[in-house]
Amino acid sequence: MMITVKYFASLREEVGRASDILELSGPLSVLDVWKQATGQSALMNNVLIALNQEYCEEDTVISDGDEVAFFPPVTGG
Amino acid sequence: MASLRKIEIIDSVFDPWKLQQDYQATSMCGRSDYGATASFIGTMRDINEGDDVISMVLEHYPKMTEKQLNQILDVACERWLLLNVLIVHRVGKILPEEPIVLISVWSKHRADAFDACRFLMEELKHRAPFWKQEALSNGTSRWVEKNTKG
Repeated sequence: MMITVKYFASLREEVGRASDILELSGPLSVLDVWKQATGQSALMNNVLIALNQEYCEEDTVISDGDEVAFFPPVTGG
Repeated sequence: MASLRKIEIIDSVFDPWKLQQDYQATSMCGRSDYGATASFIGTMRDINEGDDVISMVLEHYPKMTEKQLNQILDVACERWLLLNVLIVHRVGKILPEEPIVLISVWSKHRADAFDACRFLMEELKHRAPFWKQEALSNGTSRWVEKNTKG
């Protein structure tokens, strides 16, 4: 399945890119996507995750065509 | 539920008073059922955590921003009797004194307008995917890591 991964703000700088398009075979959680995309074994504590622009948890399961985003705490307003 | 709403992400300087006035004139034209309008305007400060800040870049996650703001608005509309809501948020490079956010709420009575305006602002700060990177007067830059207390 094809998954788009996006990174924002300080996390984008840490990862070194704004996005990835990955071809993966599942079933996989968003945490699995993070591991495969970055090669890191875990997510930092304060990282927020969104699946198709909705907040989700580490164990949320992905489907073909999904967009997964990882980012630090939000600071708008 | 609010019959009217507008959410706008804007990448250049805006005049919150004019936007509110223009939006009210166009969207509330001919109506006389609103007795209260509450507005919040967030403006860029030139100091943060004791350091002089000369500018800021506001980044966002385009589709998610609108989605989250609409969901926050849906919740507000369930809790309070709102007639109209305008949310405007700036992105891109921002200088001190420039407005960052405008939230305007129209309702029949003041409690709904006041309470919903505060709720919308707090929820925006905690859920809407915006991030601030500050440029300091000493030539360095840093990401803002958390919201101020309020």
